[in-house]
Amino acid sequence: MTTCEPILRIENLSVALPEGLDRSHAVRNVSFDVHRRQILCVVGESGSGKSVTAAAVMRLLPEKVLRISGGTIRLEGEDIAVASPERLCQLRGSRMAMIFQEPLTALNPVMRVGDQIAEVLQIHRPGTSAEQRQARVRELMADVQLPEPERLARAYPHQLSGGQRQRVMIAMALALEPALIIADEPTTALDVTTQAQILRLFRELLTKHDSGVLMITHDFGVVADVADHVVVMRQGDIVEHGAPEKVLKAPEHPYTRALIEAVPRFRYRSRPDAADTPVIAVEALSLTYRNTSFFGARRETRALDAVSFTLAAGETLGVVGESGSGKTSLAKTLLRFETPDSGRILFKGQDIAGLAGAALRDMRRHIQMVFQDPYKSLNPRRRIGQSLIEGPVQHGLSRGDAIARAEDLMELVGLRRDALDRFPHEFSGGQRQRICIARALAMEPAIIVADEAVSALDVSVQAQVLRLFEDLQRRIGFAMIFVTHDLRVASNICDRIAVMQRGRIVELGPAQRVFQEPEASYTRELLAAVPGLASERMIAD
Amino acid sequence: MLRLIALRIAMAVPVMLVVATIVFLLLRLSPGDPALIIAGESAGPEALARIRSQMGLDQPLVVQYFTWLAAIARGDLGFSILSKVPVLSLIFDRLEPTLVLALSAILITVVIAVPLGAVAAWRHNSWIDRAVMMLSVVGFSVPAFVIGYILILLLSVKADLFPVQGYVSPFEDPLAALRHLALPSLTLALVFMALISRVTRSSLLEVLGEDFVRTARAKGNVERRVLWRHALPNAAVPIITVIGLGIALLISGVVVTESVFNLPGVGRLTIDAILARDYPVVQGLMLFFALIYVGVNLLIDIAYVIVDPRIRY
Repeated sequence: MTTCEPILRIENLSVALPEGLDRSHAVRNVSFDVHRRQILCVVGESGSGKSVTAAAVMRLLPEKVLRISGGTIRLEGEDIAVASPERLCQLRGSRMAMIFQEPLTALNPVMRVGDQIAEVLQIHRPGTSAEQRQARVRELMADVQLPEPERLARAYPHQLSGGQRQRVMIAMALALEPALIIADEPTTALDVTTQAQILRLFRELLTKHDSGVLMITHDFGVVADVADHVVVMRQGDIVEHGAPEKVLKAPEHPYTRALIEAVPRFRYRSRPDAADTPVIAVEALSLTYRNTSFFGARRETRALDAVSFTLAAGETLGVVGESGSGKTSLAKTLLRFETPDSGRILFKGQDIAGLAGAALRDMRRHIQMVFQDPYKSLNPRRRIGQSLIEGPVQHGLSRGDAIARAEDLMELVGLRRDALDRFPHEFSGGQRQRICIARALAMEPAIIVADEAVSALDVSVQAQVLRLFEDLQRRIGFAMIFVTHDLRVASNICDRIAVMQRGRIVELGPAQRVFQEPEASYTRELLAAVPGLASERMIAD
Repeated sequence: MLRLIALRIAMAVPVMLVVATIVFLLLRLSPGDPALIIAGESAGPEALARIRSQMGLDQPLVVQYFTWLAAIARGDLGFSILSKVPVLSLIFDRLEPTLVLALSAILITVVIAVPLGAVAAWRHNSWIDRAVMMLSVVGFSVPAFVIGYILILLLSVKADLFPVQGYVSPFEDPLAALRHLALPSLTLALVFMALISRVTRSSLLEVLGEDFVRTARAKGNVERRVLWRHALPNAAVPIITVIGLGIALLISGVVVTESVFNLPGVGRLTIDAILARDYPVVQGLMLFFALIYVGVNLLIDIAYVIVDPRIRY
């Protein structure tokens, strides 16, 4: 595309892993160029070495553990693989800048965001006055389309929304118009509509500031939307690279093909009409979070606002919406982790909205939950067998029977029967999510509530776990409430979809109808913001 | 902020009331008869009865309690049984050495222990880290009076660098005061330093692994600035908490240290009063220590709000 010198030229970069692991290198013989006004996307699953490559360029690797063992990283001609710590401090922030995945944790929580942006100027342009810096901060904040820069500059990170925080990170990265911007999964933690805005912003700023971008992502939708060049990595190696049209449409390497194949698309399942008698019927459910401060000042947040729906036996209802829409509050209320202000939850005809004590404990076995993060939802110090039998034994099953059931369940979710005495850390993310599903099934529930149960998984693993859900549902016949922000995933597994916005269900209907002929304007907005629609058409053609 | 302070002060009243009740009961229910001490072993029963009725000891416990409470509310802590001096002025007279000693110990601790802990965390697993942790184990395990006597033996008796004991007010002769204060405040600070450096280290270690520290590096901050400007303020809440708890530790330390170095402070007063069963003085001192503790807690609550904008009451 451009003939001039690349901003970044990586040649034969290798990063060694400490000895005794399953492979010797985190990254091996990686070479690519990033040009001015271009976005280069590095795609891969977890463990592919994409984030290590990004951190190596910034020289932010924990160098005791991950050592650059070969190759050169030339930033505007200068090899930074061998640069001194002092030189690196000069380059970071001024010639190369980085944007991280999770903008909440990546910002200093006890420092005003304006000061955090100004700090970059303070470090690299020590001659400037405080007023000059303040003026520049306002300018940058306006640049990244933050509203009311004057006021927001004095806010702390926790007072901003996720999208605003990421805009602050971008403003910080742009402060000195660096030649290279490295973005490590910059939109993964954001809602789809926010993601679309941020990606558009990236494009605009790139041309304005004349920088090049190295973007790390696992999302082929993002690649299709913004990439000028794609690099696909697997286990530390580059397996394929080229223009996005070529890589997405006609992948050469079998791994790339498998990856693209695994990306969920809008696909609707056809099921015979489910039974008419609902297992659960929710009527006008409302929940308000009340926050009483020390001085008695009240803050009320309406989490659920007159939510009503029914769920038939064996049916899957998808709950979609942006963060803060009330999806998780709904899931928690159904499990009665929260007590609703008003409304009824009729489980097999019995209202469980006001249950307490033993009756509540007894009811809980019928509704089980699978959580988002399989790394955090299993007790790391308990063998998984203990986790699997705990619930059934509590509810009166004998220990021997519980173990037998746990073994059967392990097999059912595709794990070995004899793995019960292992600890969670001995399993991969996908395997852990299978264990969490087995744990939920051990209670023989009528309903499973899955809250973003596949969101933390790689696409290929995601596809497997989704298939497992479907398969188990067919065999065991539980009903499921599937909470997700990913509309494609929802289309794959759900019979009906409830779209939530600000605590209300704005649209409810069969999945295909909701996604193909949306009635609510909010549903249309959500659908329009889904990344990679272009690529989907491209691949489908 | 002002509302926070006002509210906290209002909340201190019931706390002090509970403390007062416990103090009262503790002393009345413990064995030993103050009238006997005043009158002496040889006094006859009439003399004892007279003294008891003078002091109100012949009244029912409840009456004694409310009489006492009403007096405290007026700021009247009674008179010392031994010296016949008002308890309040007795405490005030002895306050200066104790305050000077405690403040200098806290100052030494914060100035030395926080940087030590920070460097240990930053150079995690290096020899500096191990040395600091070794020292803190020693500081922790050796009792204050042992450290005090060892310091006296080495630096005062053998090397003749510091005076063995005694107190000189810094308002009269700052230089002599410094020499007199050096050993006692170091003795007092050592346990405290061990505690604070350990907490600083572990709190910082946690913070150094966080994402925003990486962001700070990615901006081009030099390591020193990453540590002081970004990591330490985020590690401050646990450190402040422990400094507050440490002040309670300091109160017991003051008692021992003042005895070892023969300083005429509140700590010495406490020991003397307890040994003499001087009820009014002991009661006054316990209330005084409790008041200081409540005050320190208030300061810490305010400090939380200042160092972490996410904390709001």
